[in-house]
Amino acid sequence: MTGPATLRPAAIEVADVVVRYGEVLALDGVSLSVEPGRVTGLIGMNGSGKSTLFKAIMGMLRPERGKVLIDGADPALARRRGVVGYVPQSEDVDWAFPVSVRDVVMMGRYGRQGPTRRARPADHAAVAEALDRVELTAYADRQIGQLSGGQRKRAFVARGIAQDAGVLLLDEPFAGVDKRSEATIVRLLKELAADGRTVLVSTHDLHALPQLADEAVLLLHRILFHGDVSEALRPENLARAFGLDVLDEGASA
Amino acid sequence: MSALDLLLEPLQYDFMVRALVTTAIAAVVCALLSCWLVLVGWSLMGDAVSHAVLPGVVIAYVLGAPFALGALVFGFLAVALIGAIRGTSRVKEDAAIGIVFTTLFALGLVLISVTPSQTDLNHIIFGNILGVSDADLVQIAVLATIAFVILVLKRRDLTLYAFDPMHAHAIGLSPRFLGALLLGLLALTAVVALQVVGVILVVAMLIIPGATAYLLTDRFGRMLVIAPVLSVVCSVVGIYLSYWLDAASGGLVVVVQGVAFALVYLFAPRHGLLGKQLTARRRTAPARV
Repeated sequence: MTGPATLRPAAIEVADVVVRYGEVLALDGVSLSVEPGRVTGLIGMNGSGKSTLFKAIMGMLRPERGKVLIDGADPALARRRGVVGYVPQSEDVDWAFPVSVRDVVMMGRYGRQGPTRRARPADHAAVAEALDRVELTAYADRQIGQLSGGQRKRAFVARGIAQDAGVLLLDEPFAGVDKRSEATIVRLLKELAADGRTVLVSTHDLHALPQLADEAVLLLHRILFHGDVSEALRPENLARAFGLDVLDEGASA
Repeated sequence: MSALDLLLEPLQYDFMVRALVTTAIAAVVCALLSCWLVLVGWSLMGDAVSHAVLPGVVIAYVLGAPFALGALVFGFLAVALIGAIRGTSRVKEDAAIGIVFTTLFALGLVLISVTPSQTDLNHIIFGNILGVSDADLVQIAVLATIAFVILVLKRRDLTLYAFDPMHAHAIGLSPRFLGALLLGLLALTAVVALQVVGVILVVAMLIIPGATAYLLTDRFGRMLVIAPVLSVVCSVVGIYLSYWLDAASGGLVVVVQGVAFALVYLFAPRHGLLGKQLTARRRTAPARV
């Protein structure tokens, strides 16, 4: 397996990205630079454009304006190199799908395999190591839906590890996860960042943020704030991010 | 008459042997493909495409081109039209599917009615497994082999596409290409199966085996074995029944598959209706003590 030394310095560079769904402006000139070696929390309420920003970074949708660079390269090239790892939201996964935990983690290796995705010994070793790292070895042959909420998330993180992705994007990883699993995932993400990976986590769970993230980004269709977590959590900043301006005006009136 | 005679008597007739071989071939590819269709949630799309290929097949017949070519063109046309209607109007997808496939199917009926040699073409609608010629059998075998080989070689990519297209995209694969591949295989397989059960019932061969296997296992690899085996057994039983009852063969093939599904739905160990209740009772039992 590759150690920290072989990981490429990877970072996400988003420049002036505009995404519109029909009449709705989802991202309004978003510019953001995410550094490797740190866990960055992406904070915003539902509908603030977090998932859209992830999709734009992954190249799932073409922005109306602006540009994304991953690892200094075009996202399509970065994807082919296997740089981008993605942990989906729970609602986006069919948990009754007949795949085992090991199958899911093996999917992280597909980009490195031949056209039929036949697993070689190196692939099996990488999968075993990734499962070990997220402490799911004992559950490897369970159907994915038979895991708890936290274990499910760890299985997908293991997929990113098996992929040796330099950039990990996690969409609401703490939704439906108990406190103990949350702590395990937080520790895991910090370790992965310490390896030199870029870890971007979207969440609207503010309580976990100080333990989780080295820096925070507040998003409401545009970047409102990017910096220290403690500063991001100041009431005036949160009020802007969560659209509480209206309430303030009401109180002052 | 002994059971062996019951099995062997139909085999004296060449048309019965051809029917059984053709049915088995079609059952295997359809069942294989059905595993993905059921999991991607494309059952309705399978229904639409298998009906919409009809005008393509008729035009191919008139032009003397391979049926598969006409089917592919109209299969993709149907999906493109459905996507266009859904994307550019306020009509929802299920309505768009209903409009497009019935219209194309109706167009096929019209084309059949104005094409000379109607007897041949009516077989496309209801199937004509007992009238399969050697040439038909060869064509079916070739198409089925192509679909089978592609499905087996690309099974992991297709499963990834069904499970997590976002990840497929993230590692540089093209979900769009994989979707189109699955669609092309759907049109190809529809041509294989329409000889057996006819256009109207093709969708049964493309959904029931996968759905039945899905209730029997939590491993996709096993689904890919269970579905074809089950489908072949059911189809062969259906053909034999049609011989002994002198009833519609295409209809019986599908009825037997439906009965097998019903049995599995009720009695499957883990995911069957009774199985689930037993498991629930076993779980609550210790609590009561």
